[in-house]
Formats: sequence, C-alpha cells, structure tokens
Amino acid sequence: MAGDKSRGSYVSTEEQQRQIAARLVRQRIQDAVFRKTTLSFALFVLLLLGAIITSLVLGAYPIFEKFGFGFLTSREWNPVTNTFGAANAIYGTIVTSFIALLIAFPVSFGIAIFLTELCPIWLKRPLGTAVELLAAIPSIIYGMWGLFVFAPLFAQYVQPFLTKYAGDIPLIGQLFQGAPMGIGMLSAGIILAVMVIPFIASVMRDVFEIVPPVLKESAYGLGATTWEVVRNIVLPYTKAGVVGGTMLGLGRALGETMAVTFVIGNTPKIAASLFEPGASIASTIANEFAEAGDGGHISALIAIGLVLFIITFVVLALAKLMLLQLSKGEGSRT
Amino acid sequence: MSMQSPTLASTASPTSALYRKRVFTNRLALFLSLAAMASGMIFLLWILTTLVVKGIGGLNVAVFTQMTPSPGSAGGLLNAIFGSVVMVTIGTLIATPIGILAGIYLAEFGKTGWVAPTTRFVNDILLSAPSIIIGLFVYTIYVARVQHFSAFAGAIALAIIAIPVIVRTTETMLILVPASLREAAAALGAPEWKVVSYVALRAVRSGVITGILLAVARISGETAPLLFTALNNQFWSSDLNAPMANLPVAIFQFAMSPFENWVELAWAGAMLITFSVLAINIITRVIFRQRSN
Repeated sequence: MAGDKSRGSYVSTEEQQRQIAARLVRQRIQDAVFRKTTLSFALFVLLLLGAIITSLVLGAYPIFEKFGFGFLTSREWNPVTNTFGAANAIYGTIVTSFIALLIAFPVSFGIAIFLTELCPIWLKRPLGTAVELLAAIPSIIYGMWGLFVFAPLFAQYVQPFLTKYAGDIPLIGQLFQGAPMGIGMLSAGIILAVMVIPFIASVMRDVFEIVPPVLKESAYGLGATTWEVVRNIVLPYTKAGVVGGTMLGLGRALGETMAVTFVIGNTPKIAASLFEPGASIASTIANEFAEAGDGGHISALIAIGLVLFIITFVVLALAKLMLLQLSKGEGSRT
Repeated sequence: MSMQSPTLASTASPTSALYRKRVFTNRLALFLSLAAMASGMIFLLWILTTLVVKGIGGLNVAVFTQMTPSPGSAGGLLNAIFGSVVMVTIGTLIATPIGILAGIYLAEFGKTGWVAPTTRFVNDILLSAPSIIIGLFVYTIYVARVQHFSAFAGAIALAIIAIPVIVRTTETMLILVPASLREAAAALGAPEWKVVSYVALRAVRSGVITGILLAVARISGETAPLLFTALNNQFWSSDLNAPMANLPVAIFQFAMSPFENWVELAWAGAMLITFSVLAINIITRVIFRQRSN
C-alpha cells in the first residue's frame, strides 16, 4: 500500500494520486464489510446451537414444571393418562449405546491397525474408502436390513446359542434369557455397533497416522513385533485420540434414530433380559411425535429430546476436547 | 551393555519361550485385526447385496412414473423422489452460502478472538448432533408456529444438518492454501476480500464442491428430521407450504407396514437412495483426486 503511494509521487499527477487514495479507502471499506459478513455467518452457526437449546428448554418447560426432576427417574410413560417419565427411554438409550461401544471399540481398533500397519499400500485406499462408504449408508437402510435380514437370523441361530451357553452363568446369565424374537435391546445394540464402527475406525486411523514414523522405526529397529509397536508406541502416543474417537462414536450411537427404531421393539420398559424389546429416547420421539396430540405429550417428547441433546452434547464435547488435546501435543512432541 | 547382549541373543533365538510367546501374541493380534477388517467388509457387502437382491424385484419403470400407492394396489415412488429432490435442493441452496461464508471466517479471520474457536467447537458438535433433535428444533420454531407440516420446514431441517458439513470442509480446504499464494495476491495490491474469494477460494474450488456434494449425500438419506417437519404425502404435491412426500419417510412408512407391495416398494426405494448416496460419495472422491493431482 505504501509502495503504491511512493510510486505515485514519482510518475503520476495529483489527480491520479487522489484516485489511488480513494480506491484504497473503498477497498478498506469492502474488506471491512467482507470480514463482518463472514463473521456474522460464523456467529449464525453459534446462535444455531443457542437457539436449539433454548427452543428445547422452552418446549420441555411445562413437563419439568409438572413433574419436576422426578420426570427423569419415573418409569411411567402413559400418553393416555398424561403421565410421563423418562427413565425407560434413558435406560434404553444408554444400554444400546453401551452394547454398541462394547462391540465397536475392539473391531474399530482392529480395522484402524489393519489400515495403518498391515495393509499393503495398493489396498489402503480402496479399503479406506470402503470403510467410509459404510459410514455413508443412510441409517434407515441399517434399520431395514436389521429388521428384515439380521433379526430373523439372529433369532434363529445366535439367540438360542447365547441362551444355551451364557444363560446359566450367574449374574450375567439373565441378560441372555427369554424368547428369541430377533428384535430387542441386544439387536439394536449390534446394529448400532455396525453403524458406528466406520466413524470410530476413521478417527483411529487418522490419529494412528500422525505417529512420527521415526518412533515406530526405532521400536522396529530394537526388534519389536508389529503388535508391540502398536501396544507400546502407537497407543500411548495416540491415547487421547483413541478415546476421543470412541466417544465420537458413542455420541453417534446415543442419538441414532432410524436404525434403532426398526429393531428395538418400541416397548417402553426396563427388562432384565437384553432379548426383551425396549425403547430409546430417539426411537420414542420418532414413533410418537407425529401422533402426539395435546401439549402434554409433545412437551414430554421435547423434554426427552432435551435430555438426549444434553447427554450427546457432553459426550461430543469431551470427545472434541480429547482430540484437541492430541493435536496440540502433536506440535510439541514432533 | 556387554553383559546384556548374550541375554538379548538368547531371548531372540527362535527356540526361547519368550520369543515364541512374542511371536504368538503378534500373530494373534494381527489375525484379530485382519478379522476385524474382514468383518467390516462383510457387513458392507452383506448390506449392499441385500439391497440389490430385495430391491431389484420392485425396481421397474412404474417406480419412476407413478405415485405412491394405497395398500394392495400397484404404484411407484415418483412423488417421493420428486419431494426428496426438491427438499434436498432447497436445503443445499440455503446451507451452501451460510456454510462457505462461515468457513471463510474460521479459516481466514479466525486466528484471533474467541468467536472462531467457539464456532469451530460448536460446529463440530452440530456435525454429530442427533438429527432427530434438529427435527424437534424446526418443529418448535417453525411447524408449531405456522400450525402445519410443510416441505419448506423439511428443507430448513436438512439445511441445518448440511451447514456444519460445508463449514468444516470449506475451512479445512482454505487452510491448505499456501500462504505464499495469498501473499502474492496481496503484494499485487488486491484487497483482502479479493484475495480470499478470487485466489484462495478458487484454488480449493474442487475441495469446497466436494464438501457440498458430501453434504448432499448426507442429507439425502436423512429420515428422522423429516418425520415431523415435511411429514409425508400420499399424493403429488409441489406446494412448499404443504406436507410433501419424500423418499426416506416413504421407505420408513412402507417398510414398517404389513402390506407386501409396500415392503417391496420400500426395498426398491432403499436401493435407489443407497446407491445414489454411495455414487455421490465415490464420484466426489474421484473428482477431488483428479483435481488435486
């Protein structure tokens, strides 16, 4: 900018100088407008979250006013008598997500190790893409597949097997007893696991790839096996990322709607057996909202929606903090 | 050190118990890792094969030319396909400028202040937020106010889901633009807004387009946010202010029904939607790779 002016003083007239100065002023205004415009859209994204929380809180207010925090612990959910309690749905959400994580964590870990440490280079890209395609399949498809294909096979082969061999174990045995119906909490958890595996695996793969090669090579140079390198070099280095990725998957599982709605059975109850049908927060909202007539029912559904949003918000925020911590550490350690 | 080397040699010998244990553990771990990868691929292929096997039977010309039928009679998915295309298009048109401008702020002006880090954080949470919550949100702020379900409400819900995807990719792409490119433009006297929109943004155009297409793929299959915004419509409707049929909700309704022809149509729709979404995903990858090469 200063260059413009000094050059002007050599070759241009005063008139030209004035034009340049005017143009600089104009550009400065344009820049300020541009900056403020983009800022306002960034703030819009921020406000979106605020608006979501506010609208849910306002919508849920009548229910919390009526039932207080007992709403969260009550197991009575009866739209006919206008009695609402969220405990069944919260239980269903947490149990299915927990089952999903129990299965998805080791499998995703295995996939990430395969993609980063074992896979021949020419296969890396196709397999990585295939995992990402698994994540791109719409959740309603997982639901249909779960209901029509997975559940019948599960009822016929897996559930009797589980009852026979795990049903008599003290304490956990009762989880695997009951009629093999195919649909239920366990099926919902397994379908959720298949859905979140690609999310967790992609994050794990990405964080495994940031491990400096020199660290791994040093370990290999000392004679470590591949597993020892993963266990003692890669894992400690990427701990925060692995936990963060898993929690990201948990966040997805908690809020997943369509896949669960198809296979969970949609019966609001807490049963000892995982074979029994249940209901999650998201499946309850999906099933009942369009038919919810009066203010009480809608407000109750918004209230459990608020509970779901708070749970996922906390989980996702923790996941994000973990991943941020890793990328900060990355700068200082390499 | 010299004391240790014989020990090291003995542990490394193929006959020692420790060596065999280490090799065994390693093989077991690698086998399990391979099994995990294989199971992932099996599920992908299993789902895709199921879609083809069950969907191909119901897929015929009528699917694209006729309206959704009443139970028992023949019909197609034309109104649902049309509704999906309309809502996804409007949703994308709303989300694209918002997403790109917010992404520009994060990448170009986000080095100082509290707005950028907070927005980045919030955006990442919105990216994974349950889509049914977005549906509830649009219901309370829009549908409940105007007292009726509408295609426009559905498009807003889809836009809210698409925005974080576009913000994220735009920011990631702009950060990749080398500083020297911006400096070169600035040195020629270009104002900041020109540097960003004519130089930086143009350099990563294909990346930003990829982000938009991925957002389209993402919202095309979304069902939960449409359940109580756009609802469904058994008939042809192009009125944005009225409930509109759409593929995901039609699939949901038909798949859960006891009528055989409805279930068959649901599978045809499921196959259609999945392969479109996967095709968009694959095409964007190919385009992006070619451009970046």
